[in-house]
Amino acid sequence: MIPSAFEYERATSVDDALAKLAATGATGKFIAGGHSLVPLMKFRLNEPTTLIDIARIPGLAGVRDVDGAIEVGAGTVHHDVATSSLLRQQCPVVAETAGTIGDPQVRNRGTLGGSLAHADPAADYPAVMLAVDAEIHLRSSRGPRVVPASDFFQDLFTVDLAPDEIITAVRFAPVRAAAYAKLYQRASRFAIVGVAAALDVADGVIRSARVGLTGAVSHAVRLTAVEEALAGRQPTSEVVAEAAQLAGSDLEDVAGDIHASETYRRAMVPVFAKRALDGALARLPQR
Amino acid sequence: MANVSITVNGKLRTADVEPRLLLVHFLREQLNLTGTHVGCDTSQCGACTVLVDGRSAKSCTIFAVQADGSEVTTIEGLAAGDGQLHPLQDGFWEEHGLQCGYCTPGMIMSAVDLLNNNPSPSEREIREGLDGNFCRCTGYQHIVNAVQHAANKG
Repeated sequence: MIPSAFEYERATSVDDALAKLAATGATGKFIAGGHSLVPLMKFRLNEPTTLIDIARIPGLAGVRDVDGAIEVGAGTVHHDVATSSLLRQQCPVVAETAGTIGDPQVRNRGTLGGSLAHADPAADYPAVMLAVDAEIHLRSSRGPRVVPASDFFQDLFTVDLAPDEIITAVRFAPVRAAAYAKLYQRASRFAIVGVAAALDVADGVIRSARVGLTGAVSHAVRLTAVEEALAGRQPTSEVVAEAAQLAGSDLEDVAGDIHASETYRRAMVPVFAKRALDGALARLPQR
Repeated sequence: MANVSITVNGKLRTADVEPRLLLVHFLREQLNLTGTHVGCDTSQCGACTVLVDGRSAKSCTIFAVQADGSEVTTIEGLAAGDGQLHPLQDGFWEEHGLQCGYCTPGMIMSAVDLLNNNPSPSEREIREGLDGNFCRCTGYQHIVNAVQHAANKG
């Protein structure tokens, strides 16, 4: 399949990328790995006049410690997130989630920023970004802007990202007691249902929980009923099993398609919420 | 048109291409390297897998211009050139890792990346490493055996 014709430019810096995008009068698009965009262009669902390649902008890729927080550059490919020793040690849920995306070839090319900007309703990253309460760092000619993940995902393929903005990085406080559980669509490896759960436990009590869901509705959402049911309780498998029962009960417009009916998806949301929460429990320090 | 310089199988190739030219078509139609196949053309089947800067990638989902300045290795670039097969090619030969052969170049290129990252993979790790490649003939078992064969020889 051959996309519509377009012009191609390579950006050397974030500022250069923003300037080149502005010069297209909002008809251009950034491309990094292109693993969401190129398939859309081949189907001619998206026909940018210009592609501005941001894949080699220095500093846009990489996982780093910033004053105790972890920052992942938007240009970091999934493979490098999945194998990051910093993430594996301090916030393994993010690395593990990256390792479930697509397949090895897709993980070698696709980037964190591209996945977040595209916001496929069945993408994996959005759920874990909600669970770790990530900040999404954006830039435009107007300056930087930071959006919490819980405000970023708005609707089907729709995020809080202006046409003249670029995602530069995500940043989050590392959380060890967190896990991602996913019902795979067997061919594409997208999530039919994916749940990421993170627990903040002190003195034997769950102070707060954050649970992100992807795959079931138009965009990733937090399962606040589960989070509220866990707060103040003891971190036991009985408590999380009870809380997980609430997962998805208040969701409207759950998706049904050839991969899974609405009924099946609804049934799987609490199942995978429980698995994610059990995974998070298993990471708590043994007492 | 855009000018690209891509080192393919160790040889610098320069060409003027339309930006929308996919890497797989650049390889097959401009360089006549037809060992890289087009299968699904939707980044699922892996028949078009090549190495870009040492990492496996689906060349149907990369524009040639994105690979400007990169090193690309295709199935044609694996054997040493002295008639000796690459250990993975030898493994597919010895273990009957193919029937129709359509998926084989992509399977082998994915397996190269797998063994580069993990020289002694378990059977499960081999199956995960080949997750992005479909075979409609073999049922995969002989492909797994072929990769094990190569790993044991490596």
